[in-house]
Amino acid sequence: MKTKPKLVRISIIGLGNVGRGVAEVIRRKQEEITRKYGINLKIVGVADLPGAVVDENGLSEDAIRKFKSGETAEDMTTLDMIKDVEHEIVVETTPTNVENGEPGLTHINTALESDRHVVTSNKGPLALQYGKLMDLAASRGKELKFEASVGGAMPIISLVNDNLAGNGIISIKGILNGTCNYILTRMREEKLPYEHVLKEAQERGIAETDPSNDVAGRDTAVKLVILANSIFDRNVSYKDVEVSGITGITSEALKLADDAGYVIKLIGEVDGGSSGECLKVAPRLVPKDDPLNVEGTLNVATIKTDLAGDITVIGKGAGPIEAASAILSDIIGIYAF
Amino acid sequence: MKISMDIELTDIPGQLVLALKPVSDLGGNILSVLHQRDKKTPSGRIPVQLTLEIEEQGLDRLVERLKERDVNVVRIGKERLKESMMVLLIGHIVHTDLGETIDSIDSTGFAEVVELSLSMPGVDKKSSASVTLSAIGKEELKEALNILERTVSKKGIMIISSI
Repeated sequence: MKTKPKLVRISIIGLGNVGRGVAEVIRRKQEEITRKYGINLKIVGVADLPGAVVDENGLSEDAIRKFKSGETAEDMTTLDMIKDVEHEIVVETTPTNVENGEPGLTHINTALESDRHVVTSNKGPLALQYGKLMDLAASRGKELKFEASVGGAMPIISLVNDNLAGNGIISIKGILNGTCNYILTRMREEKLPYEHVLKEAQERGIAETDPSNDVAGRDTAVKLVILANSIFDRNVSYKDVEVSGITGITSEALKLADDAGYVIKLIGEVDGGSSGECLKVAPRLVPKDDPLNVEGTLNVATIKTDLAGDITVIGKGAGPIEAASAILSDIIGIYAF
Repeated sequence: MKISMDIELTDIPGQLVLALKPVSDLGGNILSVLHQRDKKTPSGRIPVQLTLEIEEQGLDRLVERLKERDVNVVRIGKERLKESMMVLLIGHIVHTDLGETIDSIDSTGFAEVVELSLSMPGVDKKSSASVTLSAIGKEELKEALNILERTVSKKGIMIISSI
């Protein structure tokens, strides 16, 4: 690329694992991205609970670390940074809240109203107000991208929108929660009861102290809502999903399934509506030789299309660098393709 | 009704067409024909395996007409329930009237519970069961699953169906 690389200034809102992962991959990949795509990514602001720090020349790794550990004080409030600091992309990585979408919802609205692109991993705002947010982005001529919100590193949304363009998408079903997959895999392998394996998953940091969002199927349901609205153009919210989780699964049931050639997986399933308007999260029997039978914390999705047939993607559904991978590809996608 | 039938033909040309004609004459539908020209029976006849669909009342007449044409009918197998699926149930399966749960399917006339394995780890613990449903067709099988889902949900039993 002979022309001068285009400067793309970025702010990161929310310095949890994912936000810090984004800062890390941008630093690690900066030269390669400039060389390959002709864009120069620069983090000009980061924000977390106390407020925001800003440096228009780019924040160093050390400056971000010191701010996160509380050694340096904030320069301004998060919303002022989104509005007033000149930059192109807001990366929103605050924790998901499916009750009211906050604080992510306000961050995303403010960013779009300030004419900035938004790339987010935050499921709450998308599950609650997908239509409104997309309308706002369109009216501002800006992009709102969210590949990281469903399936982590595993590409689904851009796979469907870009690579499978021209195909009609009939249905998507898959495992969208690594914690549940880990628990069901271990229960089957070790013939152990649910409570025992849950404790093990918590000790290994795979399940949270309060695992209810994952094991009750709510996390899968929220991701399904995002797919329903973004890929199938449906207008649904979390309460429209028929949800059952994995807490009632017994090791005897896993054994009976195993004897008959099946495994039990927590499957999210959504279709375009014409074939029965499916929007459902439930434990299901999966034949052992089906591509949806993946083990451990992996995520998987089978996309049924009218031209390409069935396409199955498998990948790591969680993890800071994996989520950052999806965010980075969204960022590059805004400018490079 | 789906029927599988083993017949034997005399070894002279034109016998197969002669044997198949009564099926279509009686409104039946031939699904497959396995004609083993090189495998003869000890009496020198040629075995043929047929699968066909025919109304139940047409079956006796079909056998009569085949005999009239010197076709031996060796075996007739009826496969009424041709679609099957397995589901799992978890909960207090026995103490919520298992008989009634099974009856909800068997009483439909188009589907039956054909297999059931039960695992009961303890008196106060939830049981798990695998249940195989069979039905006369795909639509009927789906309807049987809906009926079972409605029946067990009233009893607080979880149902796990295949993808």
